[in-house]
Amino acid sequence: MSQAAQKTTPLYEEHVRRGAKIISFGGWLMPVQYTSIVEEHHAVRNNVGIFDISHMGQLLVSGPAARGWLNTMLTNNINKLEVGQGQYTFFLNEDGGIIDDLIVYRIEEQKFLLVVNAARTDEDFAWLERYRPKDVDLKNRSANFGGVAVQGPRMPELFRALFGENVNLPTRNHIVDLPFDGTSVSVARTGYTGEDGVEVFFRAEDAVKFWNSALEEGKTLGIKPCGLGARDTLRLEVCYPLNGSDLSPERNPIEAGLGFFVDLTKPNFIGREVLVKAKENGSPEKLVAFRMQTKGPPPRPHYSVFDDGNRIGEVTSGTLSPSLNYGIGMAYVSAPYATIGTRIDIEIRGQKFPAIIEKKPLYKKS
Amino acid sequence: MNVPDDLLYTETHEWIRREGENVRVGITDHAQSELTDVVYVELPKMDRQVNAREATAVVESVKAASDIYAPVKGTVVEVNKALEADPGLLNREPFGEGWIFVLKIDDPGDLKQLKDAAAYRQQIG
Repeated sequence: MSQAAQKTTPLYEEHVRRGAKIISFGGWLMPVQYTSIVEEHHAVRNNVGIFDISHMGQLLVSGPAARGWLNTMLTNNINKLEVGQGQYTFFLNEDGGIIDDLIVYRIEEQKFLLVVNAARTDEDFAWLERYRPKDVDLKNRSANFGGVAVQGPRMPELFRALFGENVNLPTRNHIVDLPFDGTSVSVARTGYTGEDGVEVFFRAEDAVKFWNSALEEGKTLGIKPCGLGARDTLRLEVCYPLNGSDLSPERNPIEAGLGFFVDLTKPNFIGREVLVKAKENGSPEKLVAFRMQTKGPPPRPHYSVFDDGNRIGEVTSGTLSPSLNYGIGMAYVSAPYATIGTRIDIEIRGQKFPAIIEKKPLYKKS
Repeated sequence: MNVPDDLLYTETHEWIRREGENVRVGITDHAQSELTDVVYVELPKMDRQVNAREATAVVESVKAASDIYAPVKGTVVEVNKALEADPGLLNREPFGEGWIFVLKIDDPGDLKQLKDAAAYRQQIG
């Protein structure tokens, strides 16, 4: 893709001004780091960090028939959502493969906000449009909206500094609209780091104001602006999947170990039949989390997984864990090996390094 | 970016210090800054014979693995074992304690192919 075709978020100029290292990610020019992935990672684990997530897609589905129809497009059950509540869920293709993972919020009685992966926004929109009945309204508001993730144990202090001492944080997975400096923003108690955190959505023209206020108010809390590098190490330590790496149209949520977010008691949704079979027959492969047993090179996507000389799978995500200081990763392995405590080998440049399959998440706050 | 005048350079961001019949090789300040947080260095085996532009060592950051190339044809006669315990040396002292390996060069004439500091400065802009 040429430079000219790359998209930028409303915070792009701020990233450049603050000296971020910029990379191309799913068609977007995004900060991969400001000072150091490891430093930014620790800021989020110990204090608080702020990430630009304006590249993520924001779709709105509304109308009297919205709830009933959307429930046939998503795997989780949106009938369980009260107004102001969200849930993690999937769009599947007819083969049960994952088109996207997303969070759906019920923001009004008959209106839903879908926060989807940046690189899949257009595809998700087209997919919904293809099935949409006439009495459901579908909008892609992504170009006019931005967002940030504020993550870390000191997030509640920053929240109070920004919104007021007496304003309550939304509870886990809930979203509220709050006044902020003459405008209104939506604050959702969620994140992709394993820390307490919020994601804040606002109109594109309010992005710079919110970003700079958060960094200013967060100074005494040790806040750091963070890039996609730290976002990836943080999510991998707690085994949150990344679409395009751990999830793909060739994989279904059952083999990815995410069956919890699929409600098979719903009478119908796209991909249901395949998932019912997958659950009955078992999947040939499963997504597992592993940790290297030695201080060797870190695992990377596409490295082969071996058991005693036999190739049993492939790594989908891997890095050096800044919190554990060991190589960690996730891999699809042949089902009989997909049990906690199984010893495996990861092949790195022709040499095999021992690893062990561990319980998710790999990192837990002590 | 620091680009010492007394060193030679490659297009792939290695620096080369002539030491008699040998050359000491590392990666430049620019390279370590692009790689960020080096977490692992795979050193070549002693006495290995390498050709110019042959992948000879591997430097891994949090994000990715990168090959380090031999600048000229030669034989590995020394490796920096200190990097195994402290790969961060590459970030902190790229031109000093962060050197990676020493080659005994086959033909000193090969060094003419390498860039001087001015040419390298121009390359990295």
